[in-house]
Amino acid sequence: MPIQEEYKVKLEVFEGPLDLLLYLIKKDEVDIYDIPIELIARQYMEYLGLMRMLDLDIAGEFLVMAATLMMIKSRMLLPPEERPELEAEEEDPRWELIRQLIEYKKFKDAAANLQEMESRAGNMFLRSAEDPVVVVEQPGVGLEDVTIFDLIASFNEALKRVQVNEIGEIMADRFTVADGIESIMGRIQRETQVVFTTLFRPLITRQEIVCTFLALLELIRLRQVVARQEAVFGEIMIRRPEAGAALSVERAQAE
Amino acid sequence: MTSENNQPPDDHAPAELKQVLGALLFAARKPITADELQAVLAQVDQNGEDTAHPFAKTRAGDIRAALEQLQAEIAERKLGIIIVEVAGGFRFQTDPSGGPWVRHLLNLDKPARLSKPALETLAIIAYRQPATRAEIEALRGVNVDAMMRHLLELQLIRIMGRSDLPGRPLMYGTTQLFLEHFGLSSVKNLPGVEQLSRRDAERVRRESEDGRAADSGPAQAAASPPGDASGDVSGEALAKPETPDAAEAAGKGGDQAEGDQSKEPELEEEQDEYDEDDDDDDDKDEDDDENGDGKGRE
Repeated sequence: MPIQEEYKVKLEVFEGPLDLLLYLIKKDEVDIYDIPIELIARQYMEYLGLMRMLDLDIAGEFLVMAATLMMIKSRMLLPPEERPELEAEEEDPRWELIRQLIEYKKFKDAAANLQEMESRAGNMFLRSAEDPVVVVEQPGVGLEDVTIFDLIASFNEALKRVQVNEIGEIMADRFTVADGIESIMGRIQRETQVVFTTLFRPLITRQEIVCTFLALLELIRLRQVVARQEAVFGEIMIRRPEAGAALSVERAQAE
Repeated sequence: MTSENNQPPDDHAPAELKQVLGALLFAARKPITADELQAVLAQVDQNGEDTAHPFAKTRAGDIRAALEQLQAEIAERKLGIIIVEVAGGFRFQTDPSGGPWVRHLLNLDKPARLSKPALETLAIIAYRQPATRAEIEALRGVNVDAMMRHLLELQLIRIMGRSDLPGRPLMYGTTQLFLEHFGLSSVKNLPGVEQLSRRDAERVRRESEDGRAADSGPAQAAASPPGDASGDVSGEALAKPETPDAAEAAGKGGDQAEGDQSKEPELEEEQDEYDEDDDDDDDKDEDDDENGDGKGRE
């Protein structure tokens, strides 16, 4: 159930259920050919729950996949001879999903290659060129090497930590997303770069954490901040976007 | 700047082929193909210049070999500039290792980078083109409407026509800008293109499922894509390989047809040859020509 009613964050989520499954498989370091369906399904449902709590715009495909996972899980419980006849040839109910994941993963790997080529090409300039080789607006917001699932994972950890402290919460001023935006912007101004998890450290209530997280998503969407991750599953850094515009202002003043 | 076809750089030593080619590349304002280089070599001879022109009959293969040698030598000496083959032509560029400084000198922002979902969608389109939206969605397991819109707006992908599949869905492919953005000479040179192509995927599917391979025949010249005046990409153009050889063959015809004209219109004509693969809008080609490199596309 969405906690934050008055403020819906419109961050577009471009990732789908297969992205989430591959993310979990990578995070848990499990064998893609032998997915522990019980574990993965449980985590999948947990992330799905978090996304719903944040009231993110979840694609219907996420729900379809949830149903698929549940179905696979239940079939795994049956001995092979009692499974529905439809899958007589496919003795493993997971196979169709695994095939799909592997096929998609090939393209994820290809995308990683493209990314390398992109950063290389972005560092090359033409003779007598006023422009870089290519200028593009970035779709999919200011998430540099960070997926929405990385953010949600960190958010989840912050939530879990706080649940212990929640007893005896005093209902003082209600913390809103606007408050969250203000406090994040304040910190970014002072420190230029902030470790994602420290944003949540001073917070004590669920309400504060959720609102701060939503504020962060909104700031990412508005490109006021950029989220970046140096290593896979590493710390997520939040910072101001590249100061190219600021630089040109300085130059203009100098001249 | 001294034009390369007046005098060899050193009056006493005859110019080497690679020197001439290097000069041409340096002077050219946009990527220049092996055919264009060959045409220039041939024409300088026809124009009856007085100095010796030993390169008039140079074959395309020799030009390519000399270019590659020049490319390797320059790269080896770490001069801060390199010759690269991008979107079908050769050109001088700065070495990526100097990127941050050049960017500061030119007062440029950090290059915009595509998000992971964008790269993944692009990868599917690049390897599977022409690809329908349904095919992309089947692979990614999620609706890609918004993402496709973004990529179309960025001109990294384009509509290539309509498929013969039921409902005649639109088919998408990558653009010239895509090649430039990723520093590719052709989609044929994408890493692992063999493993990720549709043909391979279909073989696997047929082996496992024994049937119903998606009909992915070549695009038919189709209804114009929305908002595009001339969707003139024919099935043939789609099927045409983007290799230099194909361009070469096409280029030769053009050269002979207008052998003694100045080299500007000729380059333009060959540029069209490439643009055919990536740009449905003919009007744009002419605009691009002055800017070179297709950078003026926006």
